[in-house]
Amino acid sequence: MSENKINLKSNWDLAPSLESTSHINLKKKYDLFIGGKWVKPSSGKYFDTNNPATEEKLASIANANKKDVDMAVKAARKAYDTTWSKLSGKERGKYIFRIARIIQERAKELAVVETLDGGKPIRESRDIDIPLAANHFFYYAGWADKLEYAFPNRNPKSLGVAGQITPWNFPLLMAAWKIAPALACGNTVVLKPAETTSLTTLLLAEICEQAGLPAGVVNVVTGAGDVGAEIVNHDGIDKIAFTGSTGVGKIIQKAISGTDKKATLELGGKAANIVFEDAPLDQAVEGIINGIFFNQGHVCCAGSRLLVQESVYDVVLRKLKDRMESLIVGNPLDKNTDIGAINSKSQLDTINHYIKLGKEEGAEIYQPEGKLEKKGYWCKPTLFTGVAQSNRIVQEEIFGPVLAIQTFRTIEEAITKANNTPYGLSAGVWTDKGSKIFNVTSQLRAGIVWANTFNKFDPTSPFGGYKESGFGREGGLHGLEAYLEFEN
Amino acid sequence: MKTTNKIITNINQVSVDQVGIGDRVSRITARSVKNEAKIQGLKMALNMIDLTTLEGADTVNKVKQLCYKGMHLHDAYPDLPTVAAICVYPNFVGLAKEQLKGSGINVASVATAFPSGNSSLEVKITDTKMALDAGADEVDMVISRGKFHQGEYNYVFDEIAKIKETCGKNVRLKTILETGELGSLDNVRKASDIAMYAGSDFIKTSTGKISPAATLPVTLVMLEAIKDYYYETGIQIGMKPAGGISNSKLALHYLMLVKETLGDKWLTNQWFRFGASSLANDILMQLEKQRTGNYQSKDYFSKD
Repeated sequence: MSENKINLKSNWDLAPSLESTSHINLKKKYDLFIGGKWVKPSSGKYFDTNNPATEEKLASIANANKKDVDMAVKAARKAYDTTWSKLSGKERGKYIFRIARIIQERAKELAVVETLDGGKPIRESRDIDIPLAANHFFYYAGWADKLEYAFPNRNPKSLGVAGQITPWNFPLLMAAWKIAPALACGNTVVLKPAETTSLTTLLLAEICEQAGLPAGVVNVVTGAGDVGAEIVNHDGIDKIAFTGSTGVGKIIQKAISGTDKKATLELGGKAANIVFEDAPLDQAVEGIINGIFFNQGHVCCAGSRLLVQESVYDVVLRKLKDRMESLIVGNPLDKNTDIGAINSKSQLDTINHYIKLGKEEGAEIYQPEGKLEKKGYWCKPTLFTGVAQSNRIVQEEIFGPVLAIQTFRTIEEAITKANNTPYGLSAGVWTDKGSKIFNVTSQLRAGIVWANTFNKFDPTSPFGGYKESGFGREGGLHGLEAYLEFEN
Repeated sequence: MKTTNKIITNINQVSVDQVGIGDRVSRITARSVKNEAKIQGLKMALNMIDLTTLEGADTVNKVKQLCYKGMHLHDAYPDLPTVAAICVYPNFVGLAKEQLKGSGINVASVATAFPSGNSSLEVKITDTKMALDAGADEVDMVISRGKFHQGEYNYVFDEIAKIKETCGKNVRLKTILETGELGSLDNVRKASDIAMYAGSDFIKTSTGKISPAATLPVTLVMLEAIKDYYYETGIQIGMKPAGGISNSKLALHYLMLVKETLGDKWLTNQWFRFGASSLANDILMQLEKQRTGNYQSKDYFSKD
């Protein structure tokens, strides 16, 4: 192989192309949304939510406590008993359709706020997060009056009040994943968004108001983990739906053991993305990029372990490095940005800790050249090569743009390595051979397996994990089942 | 040919995933090119145009006009570049050569029984020689698609090698794959590899005579082939999408593909061309819009 190097640094630089923020009217202060009203927190306390790209304050968010959670659960119970559980599926569906349409109408606003509050590139919030959130409402709106057909002869019934806790990586989308099926099945909701990214969930509460949703059907309480714990431990809650870390998931499971509360937990992951020598390599590289650098790697199903067949290792690594040179890290509001800001200072510290650890463990690091902004939280896309299964950067979820690369020789070795993790959320397989896809995917212990693509989401497709990645499914028919009980 | 068999074995290994190509293209088309970057890109595109007329109805005057246009794209706009080349049938090469004297603009001639390529190798060589004798700087040949589909890759390879031999070192050979007839992106990749290993200086998508002509996915596959070939051999190959590229926005998408696949080294008319007849006027309209703030009527731009 010759020494020629493709150089993607260009004199033809893209001019800044910033998404306008002039249509955004954020309030200075956001209260709690309980029983259809905006209620001041009983503690009187508020906390700041910041833009991770500039470290500037965006708004004050109410800090809920036990009393507020209790009020919210009671409001949800009242709404369940008096209105929502009495409505026909068809009527429930109408409200959900209305929410979906208003999300579409306010899509541009939601996308910009999601990007301001969370740091993700506007390209992703505009093209993925917000449209998918609307699609989830559309999809489940359609099921609301067809539950008997979804589960024939099983007499599906709603559960009651669902306590829902969402993560900071896809704030609005995760709220949609949780609220849409819950409402379609006839439940009411108390939802707590992550404390660093509450804004779009609060806008969603506004949208529920705008849609005329009966008071108390959706309640939003804001705050940190302690507020989540109050929801989990509240006697009036019939079901917990949690998306977040495996550590917290374990605490929740302990807390609800011995109670009647049902649960779905969608937790961490350390997905293997397996590239065979017969794969379409350029497209596999694109899939690797999308698998690990999508949303700065803040994705529970991120393809954070790359397993490459040794015969194509050099080529894949070369192509990967070349492709990384054209990734633009910077202002999330710029339409050309590929990798935005890390969600918070503490997450950046976690990622940097793992990068340091990787180096200390003797792995070889690669990051493309280029400078990062001084202000804000940033991390370059990062590769580690020369790693082994025993390295912590291979075993533990980093939740950042850091990829650990290993090689394998045989299919058996690839499968063993892929499954050798406490997690089991997702995996990817790249090969041109159909039979190999079926062979490998049927042996991977992961809830979602992509073949020749990665990080593709659709409301009709169930999502959830094996092992310590949690249990229960969201999305598709399976997602309905998590919000129903059956009388047989 | 000794090398052929090795190459055919090599090229069979590269597969292309159509969905993945589509995903990559949609990332590229989402790039926002504004203000200075847009003007820079548009001027670059103008300078990469092979201004083309390949009609049975071509006349001496039409070719003359086209040559003039290539040199004076829009005199109202200061410091505009010229196009890269004028592309005509072999019988107009002499005329074009004379018209363009001293302008630095090349004359490209189609040859080898363009556009179908359905003829014998002897006729194709004669056709090529006719263009060369008249002074063509570049030759745009077509591959034998029939032979390609019959699996006679060696025939296709040898034919290209022979035409390159006829052209000699100083006349650049662009090989038209006619991707609209190849049926799959896997075949586009295979034909690209054959054309490059057989000695083409450029690979080109289409004759412009059948639809679909150039598309972004096909161009991406060819650019990736060029990249792999460059890493493999150190030889730089040029790329020419042709046909159907008639507006500025699309042209910028193509340039963005080149920028993010191959980089600056290919962003000159030495290594990238647009085969187009109406693209130039659309770019001129956009440039005037950037300069004056207003869109002008199409009637202010000469149609040649």
